[in-house]
Amino acid sequence: MITLTEVLILAAIMFSISVAGIFLNRKNLIILLMSIELMLLSVNINFIAFSYYMGDLAGQVFVFFILTVAAAEAAIGLAILVVLFRNKRTINVDDLNEMKG
Amino acid sequence: MEFIAAYLPSAMMNDQTISQLPLALPEIVMLCMASIVLIVDLFLNDKTRGGTYILSQFTLLALVVITVMSFTQQKSIAFHGTFVRDGMGDLLKIFVYIVTFTVFLYSKSYLKARDMFKGEYYVLGLFAVLGMMVMISAQSFLTIYLGLELLSLCMYALVALQRDSIIASESAMKYFVLGAIASGMLLYGMSMIYGATGSLELATINAEVMKNTDNIVLIFGLVFVLVGVAFKLGAVPFHMWLPDVYQGSPTAVAIFIGSAPKIAAFAMTMRLLVDGLHGLHVQWQDMLIIMAVASLAIGNIVAIAQTNIKRMLAYSTISHVGFIMLGIMTAEKGGYTASMFYTIVYTLMALGAFGMIMYMSRMGFESDKLDDFRGLNQRSPWFAFIMLIFMFSMAGVPPFVGFWAKLSILKAVVAVDMTWLAVTAVVFSIIGAFYYLRIIKLMYFDTPQETSAIEGASDLRVMLSLNGIAILGLGLYPELIMGLVISVM
Amino acid sequence: MLSNYLPVLIFLIVGGGIGAVMIIAGFVLAPHKPDSEKTSPYECGFEAFEDSRMKFDVRYYLVAILFILFDLEIAFLFPWAVVLDKIGYFGFWAMVIFLGILVVGFIYEWKKGALEWE
Repeated sequence: MITLTEVLILAAIMFSISVAGIFLNRKNLIILLMSIELMLLSVNINFIAFSYYMGDLAGQVFVFFILTVAAAEAAIGLAILVVLFRNKRTINVDDLNEMKG
Repeated sequence: MEFIAAYLPSAMMNDQTISQLPLALPEIVMLCMASIVLIVDLFLNDKTRGGTYILSQFTLLALVVITVMSFTQQKSIAFHGTFVRDGMGDLLKIFVYIVTFTVFLYSKSYLKARDMFKGEYYVLGLFAVLGMMVMISAQSFLTIYLGLELLSLCMYALVALQRDSIIASESAMKYFVLGAIASGMLLYGMSMIYGATGSLELATINAEVMKNTDNIVLIFGLVFVLVGVAFKLGAVPFHMWLPDVYQGSPTAVAIFIGSAPKIAAFAMTMRLLVDGLHGLHVQWQDMLIIMAVASLAIGNIVAIAQTNIKRMLAYSTISHVGFIMLGIMTAEKGGYTASMFYTIVYTLMALGAFGMIMYMSRMGFESDKLDDFRGLNQRSPWFAFIMLIFMFSMAGVPPFVGFWAKLSILKAVVAVDMTWLAVTAVVFSIIGAFYYLRIIKLMYFDTPQETSAIEGASDLRVMLSLNGIAILGLGLYPELIMGLVISVM
Repeated sequence: MLSNYLPVLIFLIVGGGIGAVMIIAGFVLAPHKPDSEKTSPYECGFEAFEDSRMKFDVRYYLVAILFILFDLEIAFLFPWAVVLDKIGYFGFWAMVIFLGILVVGFIYEWKKGALEWE
């Protein structure tokens, strides 16, 4: 039997990977977007695990909404990415340096 | 199937939900009107685009009327504990409408001069207001999250609205990535708190938290929730997005980001920390103190080094957020009242400062450098005086209303025996006064770089003057707003 | 405990084995007469470049973005459909309102020409 703790550790590892992906990746904005998705998915695992082990449905309903919002967020993110690429001809994270101060 | 059946609402509960719908009337009207504006705008061309503007402004005014008419001090919770209607929410919503109305009015000529006078600006703005309304009225993690995301997604899109601007798209990307991380952190914290308390509703969570205040899972969740909140408010050390977004986005968008969402962020902080997690106040007080002091320090000191006024206002926002956090930190009613007063006053001052930038800008000229304000007194004495009011008020000079806002926060902090904290805040405010006064010096004692008269739209001039007079008038009679705030807290 | 996973193990072995046998048989038995057309990589819908990390036409992103948004409503429609007979007219009209808001977005997208390829 898989225990709640094990699932939570899995979610925590996923969350850490996504945070590491965001802060270590200096090359590609798409990877950044994927890390953000991974972060939301790890939260979903958390919610579903709690919901299942506590026998309370609210957590799973929340997950539906997170999924939908994550999709909208990905759509906006991609749209901004396209605009950025059209202007700068690059999606390198290190090239986001127009403003200083 | 039986598992699910236990959760299905009965016919009686459905009737109850329907009977509660009037409580959410402002939200429903806003949703319908935003959809209508979206559709109507499709059938307008660039000549008749003014229709979108008028319809949006009418919507906001109508909502002021609706909310004032149904204003209630009584707290009623609806829709299975996800929604709350109370005096604080109603008052904050009314200010959100008024602030957004002013934003739309200020930015009209700015948008027209830059070929950005599109329906999307207004539709996204209205949906952002809907997001703020949901946030303000949220009574469960689900509604807080949905409102926050509705607001944030609209804001990301608004920043990128100027599609051919490199710095706008770059700041949109930064805003998006950091905002998404903040939402992720907030959600992770919410999931932990959900796990520890077994509920998403703030009232139930509060009751559960009271039973066991040193639960490590709860504190773990609280840290993540607070990180998310601090990101959205723009408190140090989660402020990195603010200067870039303010500087990079078109001023018409920066004024929006810098004003109304702060009211919603304040409401979200209140709902989460006070309605939901008040049992953990010993823990969050410490964290808020650190963030508030750091915000005051970084905000006031780094602002001195700025040459771009939008960037300077961003750091000034950070320092004001420090004050707002100090009020919440007291975990006392007096502190909450002071914070709410401060938030409202801050949005009025931010509106004016950004409005001045837009007033002075024209086609092909952003007027966002400090040097652009040089010698404003010779070009337009009246608006130099108006700007002086905003700057003095932000610096906290009596008799302007910003002084009373700072004073009420300091009083609340001293009342909980944290005099050293109040002294720190005063010291940093005095440092901060330097860069506000520098603008006044530039306006009154320097020679202008150009002497051409400023051509601002007449509605903008009138509203900007009213804005300035309001700051002065409220400074003479601060109890006008303070009384309202006290009556709803 | 682990014995529950025995079928999975057998499946993996059989599946992997069949795959390996096919590739080896093809390699050993087939005649080898390569020409430039045969050895060039094939990719559906694109010109085949040397670099597999090629750039997509930006219009694919638009389609992808629109797809994601309208795809996700299924996540709400499925559970709704499963319990539709239990939630009655209240649930029915709630979903109609939800779909109505989606339609507003759809009209916008259509009128703006986001569905046109050219």
